[in-house]
Amino acid sequence: MAELTYRQAVARGIAQEMDRDPTVYFIGEDVAAAGGVFKTTEGLQDRFGPERVRDTPISEEAITGAVMGAAMNGLRPIAEIMFSDFFATCWDIVANQIAKARYMTDGQITLPLVIRAANGGGARFGAQHSQAMENWAMAIPGLKVVAPSNAHDVVGLLAASVRDDDPVVFLEQKSLYASRQEVPEGEIVGELGKAAVVREGADITVVALAAMVPRALEAAETLAGEGIDVEVVDLRSLVPLDVTTVLNSVVKTSRMVTVEENPRLCGWGAEVTSIVTEEAFYDLDAPTLRITTPHIPLPSADTLEDLAMPSAETIASELRRVGNG
Amino acid sequence: MPEPRTILNENGELLADSPLDLETIQNLYESMVIARTYDHKASAMQRQGRLATYAQFEGQEACQIGSVAPLEPRDWVAATYRDAAAMWAHGYPWVNLVLGRTGDERGGQAPEGVNVLPPSITVGGHMIHAVGLAWAEQLKGTGAVALTLFGDGATSEGDFHEAMNFAGVYTLPVVFFCQNNGWAISMPRDRQTAAETIASKGAGYGVPGVLVDGNDLLAVFAATAEAVDRARNGGGATLIEALTYRMGPHTTTDDPGRYGHTAAVGMWAERDPLERVRRYLERNGRWDADWEAGIEDHAHEIVEAAVAEAEALPPLSSDEIFEAMFAEPTTQLREQQRLARGERAHD
Ligand SMILES: Cc1ncc(C[n+]2csc(CCOP(=O)(O)OP(=O)(O)O)c2C)c(N)n1
Repeated sequence: MAELTYRQAVARGIAQEMDRDPTVYFIGEDVAAAGGVFKTTEGLQDRFGPERVRDTPISEEAITGAVMGAAMNGLRPIAEIMFSDFFATCWDIVANQIAKARYMTDGQITLPLVIRAANGGGARFGAQHSQAMENWAMAIPGLKVVAPSNAHDVVGLLAASVRDDDPVVFLEQKSLYASRQEVPEGEIVGELGKAAVVREGADITVVALAAMVPRALEAAETLAGEGIDVEVVDLRSLVPLDVTTVLNSVVKTSRMVTVEENPRLCGWGAEVTSIVTEEAFYDLDAPTLRITTPHIPLPSADTLEDLAMPSAETIASELRRVGNG
Repeated sequence: MPEPRTILNENGELLADSPLDLETIQNLYESMVIARTYDHKASAMQRQGRLATYAQFEGQEACQIGSVAPLEPRDWVAATYRDAAAMWAHGYPWVNLVLGRTGDERGGQAPEGVNVLPPSITVGGHMIHAVGLAWAEQLKGTGAVALTLFGDGATSEGDFHEAMNFAGVYTLPVVFFCQNNGWAISMPRDRQTAAETIASKGAGYGVPGVLVDGNDLLAVFAATAEAVDRARNGGGATLIEALTYRMGPHTTTDDPGRYGHTAAVGMWAERDPLERVRRYLERNGRWDADWEAGIEDHAHEIVEAAVAEAEALPPLSSDEIFEAMFAEPTTQLREQQRLARGERAHD
């Protein structure tokens, strides 16, 4: 088994699918000759050529609109939006066109496409380059939303997204790019809509996504030393949402905390919390709790960005409040 | 490729009448020296970890100083992350520009009466803001104009086309100034658009397009002055394409060696915008080493003072980020502010 960074896992996942399926194409800004501004797609153009791995002009609407057109015409394209914030510049294509084409043709048009983007904070990029926009995407009927927390899942979920017949917004958390993990050789194919229990525990269920998963795990380690046994669930995808894994965990622990990076209002944690209170209210021994970034743009100054985003320390101190009594 | 308009050639010789007197040219030369001093200082500070990512503008000083020079204080500048020199030339303080790069949102507060928008970080939107600024001046009947600076890559965004179209349809007093520096991160200009020139794109919107030598301070000044004049007198918008070169990486995190940017740097170094003006001044008895040393010292003083002022400022507090959100913070924001302070949300 080789160690792979989250960053390298992106190129490996794309290459795995391009090797297997000649209808998979990949386009984006600075993705080919330069290998991506985050170096996530290095080597792909050398390997698959400039037809299949293509640099585009700075035109997010054309990038997303063209992959939609190509997906309607037999290809399985992958597009990159450099920073997920720039989804806002092509939201007509994504939210009005891509998300609705299948519904408006009564299921005739399928759009097997993936739009990847570097998402989220922690890299000091400021208000317009750090947004965690998983909740925007989740709010649009017709989009699947995937957000891996580790290199192995990047490969597997990217493969699952490419093979999925519906449009997938695939969000890579940019502060995780340098994180590493042992990843086995050979084909890896994950499953959309399957959460993972990444740490078993008896006292509190913590539901997290992407960069909040390692932070929740760190908080869980801290609390283990204090006699609080935390279970951590990595949602991995928001649409589809694995309600079963969450409910099973809550039934076991009787307490639930969600940890979200997105700004507070209408975050996915509110959705998960409402499902849990509807389905498992009588299994709960304590009120549920949401930990989020406040409802503000992310500051770019390092100390303020750290303060705004949920940290392992804030997660731990909130978990202490929920307790295990 | 049509020839760009040039007034001052690489040897510092006039090919046409100078639009400016020698004293003004000396002043603008000094501005370019100050700008370059800032650019070098900011790059060095980034390497020392004192600034976040920085986008150098070296090589583009004539574009930025020359295009702003014809403006009056009541006119507007809407520019990008690479246009610190243009912003400063129109009154935006260096200290704000430093703060912007330390991640301090106070850098985004223009002083009263300085008509400069904060730098646009997402590519494209500010060209349409310039259209809106110009439209407001038109409705108010002031005669003020808006200048917007952007790169060759930005012309691929829908924003460019929609901005140009509005400006054409409403005959707006706006000057579109494209700094064609050959690159948009790793994308060379010829892969950005199949058009021979960006200037030619104006025709599609009924907006005149002008091609100038972007390393020639005098040509940039003359072209922009004419466009500003037209705009001020109700003639509408102009698109100026200034040919220049990005002498450094896209930003301090970029490695231009990955995509073949470096080959042309040597050739463009010979067309350096400062050196050209220096030679011209020297030919006319307005430059010597002592004078140069004097303005360089002055440039260092200005830049060092701005850096010192920015670094002496107490950091932005977490309370301020909540206060800045709305004119009056919402109850929910107040609660989140208390949580961020480690207090309870409710009393
Ligand atoms: C909407 C949007 N898309 C992509 C980017 C990423 N990006 C930042 S600068 C840049 C290149 C811009 O090139 P150009 O307009 O030629 O200006 P230059 O950087 O050369 O001055 C890109 C693609 C962005 N900031 N905003």
